[in-house]
Amino acid sequence: MNGTIVKIAGVDLELLEMNGAGANEGRAVLFLHSGQGYDPWQAFAGQLALQQRVIAPSHPGFGKSSLPDWLDSVDDIAHLYLELLDRLELDQADLVGCSVGGWIATEMASKAPNRFRRLVLIAPVGVKVGAADKLDIPDIFAMPQEEVAKLVYRDPARMTPDFAKLDDDELAIVFRNREALALLVWEPWMHNPKLKHRLHRVDAPTLFVRGGNDGVVSADYLAAYARLLPNARSLTIPEAGHLPHLEQPQALASAVRAFLEN
Amino acid sequence: MRAWHFSETAYPYLPPAESYPSIRVSLPNRNYDPHKGAALYDRYIDEWLIAEAEGVEIMLNEHHQTATCVDPAAPLMLAALARLSTKARLLILGNPIANRRQPVRVAEEMAMIDVLSHGRLEVGFVRGVPYEILPANSNPVRMNERHWEALDLIVKAWTNHDGPFSHEGRFFNHRCINIWPRPIQQPHPPIWVSTTSTGGAAQVGAHGYVQATFLTGFDTTKRIYEGYRKGWREAGRGNDVPIDRLAYAALVYVGDSEARAKAGAEKLLWYVQANKVPMHFANPPGYVPVAMNVQLVRGAHNVVSSYGTKQGTVEGAIEAGTMFAGTPDQVFAQFKKHWDHVGGYGHLLIMGQAGFLDHDDTVHGIRMFAREVYPRLKELYPDTMISGLAQTTQAAAG
Repeated sequence: MNGTIVKIAGVDLELLEMNGAGANEGRAVLFLHSGQGYDPWQAFAGQLALQQRVIAPSHPGFGKSSLPDWLDSVDDIAHLYLELLDRLELDQADLVGCSVGGWIATEMASKAPNRFRRLVLIAPVGVKVGAADKLDIPDIFAMPQEEVAKLVYRDPARMTPDFAKLDDDELAIVFRNREALALLVWEPWMHNPKLKHRLHRVDAPTLFVRGGNDGVVSADYLAAYARLLPNARSLTIPEAGHLPHLEQPQALASAVRAFLEN
Repeated sequence: MRAWHFSETAYPYLPPAESYPSIRVSLPNRNYDPHKGAALYDRYIDEWLIAEAEGVEIMLNEHHQTATCVDPAAPLMLAALARLSTKARLLILGNPIANRRQPVRVAEEMAMIDVLSHGRLEVGFVRGVPYEILPANSNPVRMNERHWEALDLIVKAWTNHDGPFSHEGRFFNHRCINIWPRPIQQPHPPIWVSTTSTGGAAQVGAHGYVQATFLTGFDTTKRIYEGYRKGWREAGRGNDVPIDRLAYAALVYVGDSEARAKAGAEKLLWYVQANKVPMHFANPPGYVPVAMNVQLVRGAHNVVSSYGTKQGTVEGAIEAGTMFAGTPDQVFAQFKKHWDHVGGYGHLLIMGQAGFLDHDDTVHGIRMFAREVYPRLKELYPDTMISGLAQTTQAAAG
């Protein structure tokens, strides 16, 4: 595993690449992290790397990636990552995205559907499918952190990070990630109203995944999202909340590897 | 020295604080009785006019979705005051322009009030406290950038008199800006900006606008004023910053006896004590810098979201420099101590009504200040005085 900084469209992107022994060198997967940022120690991406090359950028404003003044939307990031694929000379790749990373993935696929062999969307946000008088995605910035943790994790006591134990640099990244997430998702809340009118073009096989205890992305939301893509199916990972890649990394990795392998 | 009577037009008739998680943003408005609210508006307007009759200027502000300040459209209240008052300066502090979608509309509103009041308007612009973010559905990230783009555009709208101009900026777009009316005061009404950071104050100082700060006590106020003077000097405005460029807002209550002053001051603390706001409203992501959030986890005090525990008592608040309360002599001494410590300022923004401080006691406080303290302040601190003179002299000597 090594972290490098790649400059794309003026953005300094922090890029982690993993390539396990015996992995299929010819196939690459772009792993797009959730609003919590990319944790290099999480087990899920490492499991994927056993099978194929994994490229995991920190989104602009997250981790050590820069955030230029002009950048303020998921759409901007989707364009940036398409350019990243050009830079990496990847004509085709798989996409795996978690939560807001899933939104980036669907934006990318809607712009260049032929560029993606398969998509895995883990509790993705990004579309508005429900009624105008009810948020599809709960307002995580308008509730206490303990309540957010209950929505995000099946087991908050085990999973909630202890901020006091982080050093200043790690803590700064936590707050930086939170600020960048707010910038991207604030309005319209957690979605791009145009996206659902573009997704019919994304005909790559797509796997929608959600944890059975996810309090952020509901089963109805996931099902409605999946119906917008012509070639999608859905999977529930038991004993997991909104971040199954953290709570059930092995089970999720097995399912995703099987899907990508077929 | 100028003194301003500042009322937040609070609605204090609330259920016990234990029964709700927040007095701001989410408290259901079924708790607001519009008939009681109408009587309160009448009363608060009367108090502003009594302050005017006593020679004190008028100040108001704006908050949203809160019982602490039922004035969600301050320009409307200001328009009423523009017609009801006759001589006081009218300070709105301020327009939350980072939370408003159309700066040009704000320029129009303020120009109209300047004309309605025959040129008595003083226009403040505020970033707004963090609990304004959700009511405005405003992105807390890059507020400062939006604030300054909006402010510069408003000034341009006021001062351009040659027909339409356009603005295609980072945050705001207008193809045809040509406001009617234009302000009476030339080139535009005096501009005030409130900040709580030294960097922000330097920016205000560079523009030469009046810098206001609220309840920041001794050391924080001193730092903010130093930031202002630094920004002023570095922008080439000269070495001397007149005290009329700097303002301080404090809880102020003057009584004709210590006992009466103490009783009034206790009631003023409602400002601090009633401000029950959970952290998710008080510190939205991006509102304070990342480094500040790291310090908060390590136990630092959040000047933006809380006024501090020791300030929950009259003695504690006086010691912290957020309150001046007592007999005229006591208030004068407290004020002078603060004034000297921070380097001097030319405007005292008097938070002189809060919660259950009733009409008679509010008026008593206004009159005692205006008659027994204000003349001494005006004599001792003429507007032409220079702020931070001690620091300036030291620098010159060093």
